[in-house]
Amino acid sequence: MSPGIIGKKIGMTQVFRPDGQVVPVTLLQAGPCVVIQRKTPATDGYDAVQLGMVEFARKTTKPLAGHLKKAGAEGVKMIREFRLTNGQSDVKTGDRVLVDQFKPKDKVDITGVSKGRGFAGVMKRHNFGGGDGSHGSMFHRAPGSIGASSYPSRVFPGTRMAGQMGHAQVTVRNLEVIDVDTEDNVLMVKGAVPGPNGSYVIVKRAKR
Amino acid sequence: MMSPYLAKVLNKNKRTDLPEFEIGDTIRVHVKIKEGDKERLQIFEGVVLARKNSGMGENITVRKVSFGTGVERIFPLNAPVVDHIDIVRTGKVRRSKLYYLRNLRGKAARLKERPTERPTKR
Repeated sequence: MSPGIIGKKIGMTQVFRPDGQVVPVTLLQAGPCVVIQRKTPATDGYDAVQLGMVEFARKTTKPLAGHLKKAGAEGVKMIREFRLTNGQSDVKTGDRVLVDQFKPKDKVDITGVSKGRGFAGVMKRHNFGGGDGSHGSMFHRAPGSIGASSYPSRVFPGTRMAGQMGHAQVTVRNLEVIDVDTEDNVLMVKGAVPGPNGSYVIVKRAKR
Repeated sequence: MMSPYLAKVLNKNKRTDLPEFEIGDTIRVHVKIKEGDKERLQIFEGVVLARKNSGMGENITVRKVSFGTGVERIFPLNAPVVDHIDIVRTGKVRRSKLYYLRNLRGKAARLKERPTERPTKR
């Protein structure tokens, strides 16, 4: 069994549980994926499976086209590797990885690239309080003090300041699988998933 | 543009058993209430002031005047707590949000009935 699957975020909605509880859910187009390559310690130095998500035909470079052809995988756009520990997986090149390996009530970890917020100030990036807007205040959104003066005569590494926010890899752990649509390869998980709609994510069985 | 997959989930989960009422109609909402392990229906009768959101989160605001005090409740239309809805009478209105009714009392807060022969839109 593959350790995970490649998905694409469709969007969010909500569903009701039979007891009337409302559940916020994210829909993911999960697969169908093809095992393009099985990497082993003997040949590659490490153990992994390389998956490709089958979507639509596109122009590829010749080396990539040949690589995909070996696995009989056509229309692959997104390729990701999943590391294996002790080579416990029985997948072979050319195997198909489908969403039916997940079932409702399973827990999954989802990794994606969060929405980019650009160069953000400390109020937005680190939830600083900022100052008064008026009443003669001349301190509005600035970070304030970033440390003491002659001792230590430097700014400590890791001090929270303005900078790039978002567009970073984020993993959300232990999301509950609510529903699996094997017909359309759609996975429904509880809660939010990093990134905008249409972005690629990696769905793995929950670590713990 | 809504994704066809999202539309499929909505088609599967949205309720289709509710009657087609409009803003300004007086309706009776039967709500499931749990008391201990017994379940009963509570009726809330009032005028539909507003209908908000779309998809699974669609909800309605219903207003009634109870012992001289205005009471408004917001019901999520797709929630299983809403058992069923009856239309008591229709109301002829010219806007989609009837918040002006909050400032009116007694006779002024009445709405004219919609002529029945007019085919209901939608």
